[in-house]
Amino acid sequence: MASGPMEQFKIEREADLFEIAGQTVSWTNSSFWMVVSVVLIIGFFILTMRGKLIPGRMQSMGELSYEFIADMVRDTVGPEAMRFMPYVFAIFFFILFSNLIGMNPYAFTTTSHLAVTAALAIFTILMVMVAGIFKNGLGWFKIFAPSGLPLPMYLIIIPIEIISFLSRPVTLAVRLFANMVAGHVLLKLFAIFAAFLLAKGGITSVGVILPVVGTLGIVALEFLVAALQAFVFAILTCVYLNDVYHVGHH
Amino acid sequence: MAAETIPQSGDHAAEASAVGLPQLDLSTWTSQIFWLALTFAVLYFALSRFILPNLRNTLANRSDRIADDLDSATRMKVEAEEAEKAFEESLRSARAKAANVAESTRQSLDAEIQSELDAADADAEREADIAEARIREIKTAALSNIDAVASDVAGTIVSQLTGKTVTKAALTAALNKA
Repeated sequence: MASGPMEQFKIEREADLFEIAGQTVSWTNSSFWMVVSVVLIIGFFILTMRGKLIPGRMQSMGELSYEFIADMVRDTVGPEAMRFMPYVFAIFFFILFSNLIGMNPYAFTTTSHLAVTAALAIFTILMVMVAGIFKNGLGWFKIFAPSGLPLPMYLIIIPIEIISFLSRPVTLAVRLFANMVAGHVLLKLFAIFAAFLLAKGGITSVGVILPVVGTLGIVALEFLVAALQAFVFAILTCVYLNDVYHVGHH
Repeated sequence: MAAETIPQSGDHAAEASAVGLPQLDLSTWTSQIFWLALTFAVLYFALSRFILPNLRNTLANRSDRIADDLDSATRMKVEAEEAEKAFEESLRSARAKAANVAESTRQSLDAEIQSELDAADADAEREADIAEARIREIKTAALSNIDAVASDVAGTIVSQLTGKTVTKAALTAALNKA
């Protein structure tokens, strides 16, 4: 009750480790939960690696996850993009597990920090650019100039395409970050309000039922958002990977 | 109550202005990005080197196995169809053979019956001829006896009535005239 709605996003410095270019790298609660997330993902999938002809429950979950991401990559980009499938797989499950871990009380939501979402988004876009130029040479820049337009239109279209390309990492980062922050702030506000009503005592404590029901609803919604945002990030990664393979038909 | 809440919210305001949004505290970014890069790299390595190839192999093995099973099922179906065809073929030939046997048996039986009938007919005809010949013999014999008897009777009647004996030749001539 004493903490404000933003308190939950505070990064607790546990130990300073070393310095890179004058910046201190520390072990923090965020680092701890990133490690937890990766350990849980790897542990989960090691449990699914049975390799049986007739899969059990765990193996089925692993195979369904594989098919889910493989179909996503195949349907959005094409079979030639399967070499990026591990990256999309890692993005999806890293964000999914981080979001879901963040739903637990006392856990820290690593994806609620702009530093993390921006790093993921910028790395994704840079990867698309590097792979695109590596594969298509300078012809890759044709993605900014869709073919088959009258010449004067390019004066308008090319700046628009460049702006839309540059806004991709921004939207990718902000969408995930804002969704996570908004959900957790809302949850905290409802919970604080419930505690506040209860602390008032008397007849107002009966009204606590409203924020509690609201909190329950938001918890359900936040689980949906946690999965949905992971899916959105993964599928947008696939959509952007399209620019690596299909420069012509933009 | 109000006295309690006001300093509390004041605390929050002071805290917020001192720290700002925790997300915008740039001093934490280096640590976050460092640990993100490290953990994500470990995750990517584990996924791309061990976990995903394993899942891919399992899925590929299964689809191979299913394709093999489907192939052998198709082959067995073809074999079953061939066996059925051969069975029907042998059934048809057996049926034809049976029909042949029945037909030839019937023909030979017919021929036998016919020859026996012919033989029986011939026997009957021969017997009938013999009987007819005998009848004819008896008839002529009887007829000739009648003449003799008649002349005897007529001679006797004449001798009884007239007391004269009549020659046989005269009797016969008289009878033949009558």
